Amino acid sequence: MTDYPEKLVCITGAGQSEVGRPSKKPALALTVDACLAAIASAGLTPSDIDGLSTYPGLIANGDGMSPVGGTEAMVALGLEPRWVGSSTEGHAHIGAIVNAIMAIASGMCRHVLVFRTVAQASARAEVSHAGILGGGRTIAPRSWGGMSWQVPYNALSAANLYGLYTNAYFRKYGATSAQLGAIAVNSRAMAGRNPNAIYRTPITLDDYLGSRMISDPLRLYDCDTHIDGSTALVLSHKDAAGGGPNPPIRIEAMGISIGGFGIGLHEGDFTSMPATRAGSMLWSRTDLGVKNLDFAQIYDGFSILTLLWLEALGICGQGEAAAFVEGGARIALDGELPLNTSGGQLSAGRFHGYGHTHEACIQLWGQGGERQVPGARTGIVSNGGFGYGCLLLTTD
Amino acid sequence: MTGQLTNNDGPARILPGLDGLNRPYWTGGAQGQLLIARCNDCGRYQHPPQPRCPACGGQDMAPVPVSGRGTVKSFTVNRQKWLLSLPVPFVFAVVELNEQDELHVFANIVGCPVETVDFGMPVEVCFLRQDDVFLPMFRPAP
Repeated sequence: MTDYPEKLVCITGAGQSEVGRPSKKPALALTVDACLAAIASAGLTPSDIDGLSTYPGLIANGDGMSPVGGTEAMVALGLEPRWVGSSTEGHAHIGAIVNAIMAIASGMCRHVLVFRTVAQASARAEVSHAGILGGGRTIAPRSWGGMSWQVPYNALSAANLYGLYTNAYFRKYGATSAQLGAIAVNSRAMAGRNPNAIYRTPITLDDYLGSRMISDPLRLYDCDTHIDGSTALVLSHKDAAGGGPNPPIRIEAMGISIGGFGIGLHEGDFTSMPATRAGSMLWSRTDLGVKNLDFAQIYDGFSILTLLWLEALGICGQGEAAAFVEGGARIALDGELPLNTSGGQLSAGRFHGYGHTHEACIQLWGQGGERQVPGARTGIVSNGGFGYGCLLLTTD
Repeated sequence: MTGQLTNNDGPARILPGLDGLNRPYWTGGAQGQLLIARCNDCGRYQHPPQPRCPACGGQDMAPVPVSGRGTVKSFTVNRQKWLLSLPVPFVFAVVELNEQDELHVFANIVGCPVETVDFGMPVEVCFLRQDDVFLPMFRPAP
């Protein structure tokens, strides 16, 4: 299995800025912090970087969703990349990593810097509705594109969409809020061990069940939290890796898929996502299996997405993820599959997918401190609710 | 066609921008009709509307009136005021139209207390006019 492009590529560096709600630093300064940290972590200097990749590219509407694009970062860091890629479309967060993998495997680049910056906390501190669907800081006079099928119904948040999925999942499988709540409680427990998490005070299942309803049955603690922050990774050709302080992390396999969510097309019975295809793709490209996983960093923009992803990745059978996480013992730091060890987006903050990959690197390098999974050598990452991507990472 | 025109009685919504593909869906209510794109070759309905049939590849797609009847496939009661002016709670639902499996449309369920909405509930279309848009809404079917 050496023909796959990801097998030619390693993650050699990872860095993250401070997290803020809001941060005093401008988004571009946070970006520089994260990128320089990642480059140093790879044992490189900015002049070594010959490719730059980001998701989703600059969104210049002031809502903080993506205030820094490739060009801004390139200039601020003094880079001279021969390839820059960014796209709102495609396989969402991990798409920018996949693009970097292909740029390296094709011979175009040796060391690609990948970053993702958010400043949604700053935007909302100034305008409370910044970031509603169909808005920026201003409320759009009309809604266009895929979101226009839900926005006119005052479903102004992705929480409404995933409320439909959560309710259908509960109905079909008899899952309960007490089961789902284990995701939020676990995330907070993990965040308490992560100095760069935004919410670190532990919560109990009763706290969860007492938190206010946002869009039934999704509660406040089922929804991730907007922050200011930036995350960066360095991907290197395997022949150019190994010069830094950390062992190169092999990208053993990747999976990507996309469905019709982005245009308002929802097939099936609202209890699974097209992410299932990404999971199948990933496992078709490796001899490893679920039994080899030492941890999982699973997307948690909403807690229900974690359950759906656990099933999409084959870690749990269809309809079995709620029972798997129930009580939290299996997903705790000393459980059979430690889950979202940074606190995820629910408690560490919405680094928007990149926090999950960053945390996987931290674990594989043994730098997790109080939240370190002992002996972690192989882990899985997944990102996305509209487009889907997953990575199997290993130092073996 | 069961649709009955309901006048606007709530705060302004963020309305859909109209284009050649979506205009029939959003304005059919002017004639009391829920218009769904349908393939003239194989007869399959498609929503959101597409210029090409995803089932047979046919390119003769046209909006046709449907019964306006369906069932609640899933729903959520929104409690959060995403805008200060937003009236809550309200039901956001996906309705499966009777004409075809998985023919899904998003809508609010109106005309009944939010706590009475349930899976499988039979509903029928009605329309909420705002500006030049006739939003398909659904209420319990008699």
